[in-house]
Amino acid sequence: MKEVPVRFMLAAVALAGAQGALAHGFAGQRFFPATIATDDPFVADELSLPTVSRRTLAAEGDSPAVRETAASVDLAKRITSSFGIEVGATWLDQRGAEGTQRGFDNWALGAKYQFYLDERHESIASVGVDWDMGNTGAKSVGAETFSTVTPALFVGKGFGDLPSSMQYLRPLALTGSVGIGMPSRSGTTTVDEDGNASKELHPHTVNVGLALEYSLPYLQSFVKDVGLREPFNRLIPIVEFDLSKPYDRGAGPWTGTVNPGLLWAGRYVQLGLEAVIPVNHATGGGTGVVFQLHFFIDDLFPKSFGKPLL
Amino acid sequence: MRRVARSLFILAALAAAPSAFAHAFLDHADPRVGSTVDHAPRRATLWFTQQLEPAFSKLKVLDANGNEVDAKDGGVDAHDRTVMHATLPALAPGKYRVEWRVLSTDTHVTSGGFTFEVRR
Repeated sequence: MKEVPVRFMLAAVALAGAQGALAHGFAGQRFFPATIATDDPFVADELSLPTVSRRTLAAEGDSPAVRETAASVDLAKRITSSFGIEVGATWLDQRGAEGTQRGFDNWALGAKYQFYLDERHESIASVGVDWDMGNTGAKSVGAETFSTVTPALFVGKGFGDLPSSMQYLRPLALTGSVGIGMPSRSGTTTVDEDGNASKELHPHTVNVGLALEYSLPYLQSFVKDVGLREPFNRLIPIVEFDLSKPYDRGAGPWTGTVNPGLLWAGRYVQLGLEAVIPVNHATGGGTGVVFQLHFFIDDLFPKSFGKPLL
Repeated sequence: MRRVARSLFILAALAAAPSAFAHAFLDHADPRVGSTVDHAPRRATLWFTQQLEPAFSKLKVLDANGNEVDAKDGGVDAHDRTVMHATLPALAPGKYRVEWRVLSTDTHVTSGGFTFEVRR
């Protein structure tokens, strides 16, 4: 075979493989790390194993406050370069005045479609839906007997297009999401030993996630080489806001957490450690902590599992 | 216990892998990213964290008006595929922008750019 056709074929194969790879946490020259408390706008091949958190949950109704340890696994898989699915499971250990409860929370399934990407302005937008599958977890740890479907909009924006007078703000980036949690049932009626019925209402909720990050890799590679070397040149300080508010059926106050922390992005894995600070007493008491080990499947297996299926 | 030790070993090996990213990222450059140099450099050299595919990796240097000023020979080093060079003429004082778009050997594309300034 002549040299030209061989080179042409190599080019076609390389570019075909490369096209899908662009989707992984990138918008132009911006690398967006995987966030821990909030969902990011990217369709990617990724595995979080594990995410471990510890925090104190507020008392609710007749239930006293509990100290909760959660360990979860989340897998995201691209079907096409812009459409992917996600599955997640969480094991809970809850300790309180009434003893210790252990078990799995409900399974979660999700799908996401990335419909917008502007490389020059480091911007991205996606729509997705999350399905918390009712009755798939242990009631003893509070897994709901009803499902909740949450359609959401996800956005990401890097600030690399700021003017040179603001160059030290260019490493900043923001990702965010807004979703509406829609329970499959408006309420659950229970009857106690004395035959008295009571109804717990399940309101619709507004869920807001926000992550503000300052990328030291971006500073080093695109703005100013300030002399950082490993491991510091891979650190990304971050603060996440994970908030929720019921807005009907006996609506309650905003609840959620603010999570300041650090991410470290390596060749195949990302490590993350964040404090979990409740925004109010309705959320819980005391500061918790969350740790995540995150694998970039598309980097670990670029020619097999890490590719889009189609 | 043995399983935990093995898992920790694998994790440490993954985390300490010699290249920073499987995607090719700029590690450092000469002239340095965002720097001001007293004398015009004769070439721009970029060191990446991954080996690059020469046929699909491009490097160019632009002046403040966006005109390409290098000798249009920007490409991957023949002996070290993590390095790219572009030869420069005698640059006049002013700001310049280095731009690249590279394909790493594991088929990931990355792109980027940075500026440097020649004082005199």
